[in-house]
Amino acid sequence: MARTETRAPDSSRRARETQRRLVRSSGSARAHIALTVALGLGATALIIAQATLLAMVIAGVFMDGQSLGDVSGLLIWLALIAVARGLVSLGFESSGRFGAARVMSELRRRLAERLLLVNPGTTRHDHSGELVAQAVDGVEALEAYFARYLPQVVLAATVPIAILAWVFPYDWKAGLILAITAPLIPLFMVLIGLLTEGRTRRRWSLLSRLSSHFLDLVAGLQTLRAYGRAESQADSIAAVGERYRRETMGALRIGFLSALVLELLAMIGVAMVATAVGIQLASGSLQLEAGLVVLLLAPELYMPLRQLGNQFHASADGMAAAESIFEVLDQPARVEVPARPVAVPSPGEAGLEIEGLEMLFPGRGKVLDGLNLSLSPGETVGLVGPSGGGKSTLVSLILRLASPGAGKISCGGVDLGSVDPREWRRQIVWVPQRPTLFAGSLAWNLSLFDPDAGDDALALAIGKAGLTGLVDGLPEGMDTLIGDGGRRLSVGQSQRVALARAFLSRAPMVLLDEPTAHLDSDSEETVSRAIGLLTADRTALVVSHRRRAIAGADRVLELREGRLTPFEPQPAGAAT
Amino acid sequence: MIASRLSRSPLGRAVLVTRGRWRRFAWSALLGAATVLAAVGLLTTSGYLISRAAEKPEILSLTVAIVGVRFFGISRSLLRYAERLVSHDLAFRSLTDLRFRFFERLVPLVPGALDQPASADLLSRFVGDVDRLQDLYLRALTPPFIALATGLVCVAVAAVMLPAAAAVLAVMLLLGGVGVPGLTRWAARVSGRRQAAARAELSGAMLEVTAGSAEIAVAGREADWLKRMTEADTDVVALQKRDALNGGLAAGLTTMLSAGAAVAVTAVAIPAVDDGLLAGVLLAALALLAMASFEAVLPLGPAAASLDACADAAERIEEITERPPPVLEPAIPVPVPTDGPLSFEAVRFAYRPELPAVLDAVDFSVGSGEAVALVGPSGAGKSTIAELMVRFRDPDDGRIMVGGVDLRSMDPGRLRESVRLAPQDSYLFTGTLGENVALGDPTACPEEIVEVLGRVGLGPWLDGLDDGLETLVGEGGSMVSGGQRQRIAAARCLLGRPRFMIFDEPTAHLDPEGALSLERILVGGRERGAGVLIITHAIADPAGFDRVLELDASHSVRERGPVQVD
Repeated sequence: MARTETRAPDSSRRARETQRRLVRSSGSARAHIALTVALGLGATALIIAQATLLAMVIAGVFMDGQSLGDVSGLLIWLALIAVARGLVSLGFESSGRFGAARVMSELRRRLAERLLLVNPGTTRHDHSGELVAQAVDGVEALEAYFARYLPQVVLAATVPIAILAWVFPYDWKAGLILAITAPLIPLFMVLIGLLTEGRTRRRWSLLSRLSSHFLDLVAGLQTLRAYGRAESQADSIAAVGERYRRETMGALRIGFLSALVLELLAMIGVAMVATAVGIQLASGSLQLEAGLVVLLLAPELYMPLRQLGNQFHASADGMAAAESIFEVLDQPARVEVPARPVAVPSPGEAGLEIEGLEMLFPGRGKVLDGLNLSLSPGETVGLVGPSGGGKSTLVSLILRLASPGAGKISCGGVDLGSVDPREWRRQIVWVPQRPTLFAGSLAWNLSLFDPDAGDDALALAIGKAGLTGLVDGLPEGMDTLIGDGGRRLSVGQSQRVALARAFLSRAPMVLLDEPTAHLDSDSEETVSRAIGLLTADRTALVVSHRRRAIAGADRVLELREGRLTPFEPQPAGAAT
Repeated sequence: MIASRLSRSPLGRAVLVTRGRWRRFAWSALLGAATVLAAVGLLTTSGYLISRAAEKPEILSLTVAIVGVRFFGISRSLLRYAERLVSHDLAFRSLTDLRFRFFERLVPLVPGALDQPASADLLSRFVGDVDRLQDLYLRALTPPFIALATGLVCVAVAAVMLPAAAAVLAVMLLLGGVGVPGLTRWAARVSGRRQAAARAELSGAMLEVTAGSAEIAVAGREADWLKRMTEADTDVVALQKRDALNGGLAAGLTTMLSAGAAVAVTAVAIPAVDDGLLAGVLLAALALLAMASFEAVLPLGPAAASLDACADAAERIEEITERPPPVLEPAIPVPVPTDGPLSFEAVRFAYRPELPAVLDAVDFSVGSGEAVALVGPSGAGKSTIAELMVRFRDPDDGRIMVGGVDLRSMDPGRLRESVRLAPQDSYLFTGTLGENVALGDPTACPEEIVEVLGRVGLGPWLDGLDDGLETLVGEGGSMVSGGQRQRIAAARCLLGRPRFMIFDEPTAHLDPEGALSLERILVGGRERGAGVLIITHAIADPAGFDRVLELDASHSVRERGPVQVD
């Protein structure tokens, strides 16, 4: 197919690596491979038995004049073999797909555990949709490997040898032809692959640019129309499509050549065997039965070898799903859990000290550069600064979702590096910039920090967060389904839901990240009041662009060039 | 006749789009059938060859059979090569036809006929569905033709040798080619529906785990979500295993039938040999013919699945392309006036008749050389006003005019040259930076592009780029930050020198200082006599505008009093 037969050689190599890893790391994958080998051997034995018995029947009837009654026993055996072949093939096909389903499920579990227990917060919002799609739907792609390629490898290794061993005693000359021609197939496969690799690679970069052209135009159609360019771009679809076709066909003419050579080898092999057998039969040096066995088995010997190449390419394309999951699994742990964690201090009673914090991101340079901050218990600090300046980074460091490049964070004199990060996070309630709403009722969403919260507590939190209006407007109130598949809330409403969640937590420290971004000025006022209530009796850090959100702060700091300085408000009117 | 039957279903209409390719399709099917027949011929003549040889004739009398074996062997490979080239060429050509035609149909519908907000998801699914149709000929339509042609030839050849054997073979081929695919198709439909639901559940849980992992971890609820995901996963895996069994059943039945066909045909043929109805020398050929002919029906199961997938895709595509166009072009357009304001008069608009109005009694105007800001809460319908101004949509009531002339009497293309919209989240196309800016004015020379990029504050950035205007941007291009993207979009709009410039949320991704500086540049458009309307949820500097309008809760626009200071 067009999609699968234009792949980059580099991705094939990476795919091979991923395949090896899948087999190594997965117990169910190995069990499944063992089963496949057993079934493959069974299938081969049945094919040989079938050919032999059929040859006996035909030779018996044709040469020795046997009647239906004479060969009925053999025919019954042949019918049984047909049924047995069906059963083995059933097992062969479904066990491969079972394996793929189990391996994919195992990968999903490992992905979830890695993200939740070791590296929370390491997938970006915009990336997670794609990752999930691959983790859930990637199983079809993996099937190409487990249900087709792997069995084919097994068959390619066992079937030719078994058939050769069976054929030689019947006719060593035909056996010799097969023994010489069969290895030529993998040999030519590799040779042709090597010869065409460079050419394929050169075409690849151009092709990948051309192939996304249509998606690009459709995604940007509104922009094209606004500039009156949509009609002229329609013509470019035809032009680019034609160019893509010509380039790809050029690549395929070479690519299919390899299949042609392999097929030609197999076909010539069969024809040579048939001719050799025929001549020996005519000269009387071979019996018909032997000749038929050889003839029936010759194509079966080449078949698995020829298919090996095709299946590999299909399976290489399917590795993308596993690759992107491995990518997440391979990310080093961002926070180390100490072997013997120290008891966790409470930021409600002891101050938080941040000294010489440094954080470097590749491509962005030092986002934090020797940052110092001390938060006294019960104090509320506002934090402003340009976007991309490292405010959210600071929040994630305090949450111990990441470790600083240098410097340390301590609470009550205890270095947070020596406490269990999971225990530490229990001390904090956090409202992120873009809160996640979970699929379920609004009440259930609100109870994130306190799953046992009663209706009264929920109602109180809703009131404090200024959500009463929203809840009253919902058809089923607190039981309304929100999140994926339910009612969609705006970013502003999600932020208020996240604030209401926070009211249900008794954690002594609050981290708020841009709680009023995306809000118009009326809602901003409501939310600012809620922030005041939330931070009243807790230690708090409030990050915001907007001045109103941090109006109640005890002091306001500015994060600029990786350090904190007291914030000097500019004259009113210059910025909101 | 064929055309009228085809035009009754979405899939048929998709096939009609590519009607220019039917000759190629015929070639592809013909070559495919010849390929299968060559394989059948090879085995059948081999069987005959060795049976005949066993009768120990003169070697010379075997020559024809030997040549036949070689001929079929070599032509099989060559035919297959040719068939693959022709069928892939066909797939590419028909894909281009489909893309071209469906894009043309999509153009007048975006964004007006799509729900608000016009979702990127919908469009990317549209692209996926159009691309899925490349399987139409290659995988869905060709195999049945090949199976039919080769099946008929095989049965006919068998009938010449022994009619009874041909009947048995025909039954086996029908079971394998129609019965088994029908069975699996039915099973796949049933489990497909259940799987879709289970997968959606699992995707939902996993999306929460991936996107919300930090929040779940901070709340200490990791175990709850692991459990949630595991439960959904168990359901999905159970259904997938059932599916695998169905697939295994199809494979098993087909294998059994093809092996059984040889046995059954042989069993029928043996008494015929006894009775002298069939020459013994043909027995092996007949058995091998039966076995080999199954190659024709093997691809039919996947072809049925592929056909279903194509039909679903075609249906989803039409669900979009068959929507009524939101805007009709006038038969005889009047020219766009070259002066006078852009004005709204008692405009009312609802996305659908049954929904409440988003805009109600909207009255305002933007004059030449004037900079106006339009503010209002998110979701209030500000972007709808922008879309109405360039006729991506039409109002349900009231009028929108340029220089007193209703927009509906003008050519929409001409109007958009005069009233230019920089949409929210302007798109950067894969290509060079220069190409992307030149979208605003294809005739602009590089100097003008450099100048306008300098004007929007990208001068230093451009100087730092190794490839300058030739730098690749967009998907697969070099990284462009959200702020740079917005400045490029602004440059694009400024380049065309339209009479009115409408910027929808031009500063949404910028920090306060960046927003302020870009806003001032855009407002500066009025110095050249253009009317500038900036739509935003937060103005950086209200004092910089001539007027500030507000879209309020009553869905109408009113002038905001003296500039407020926050």
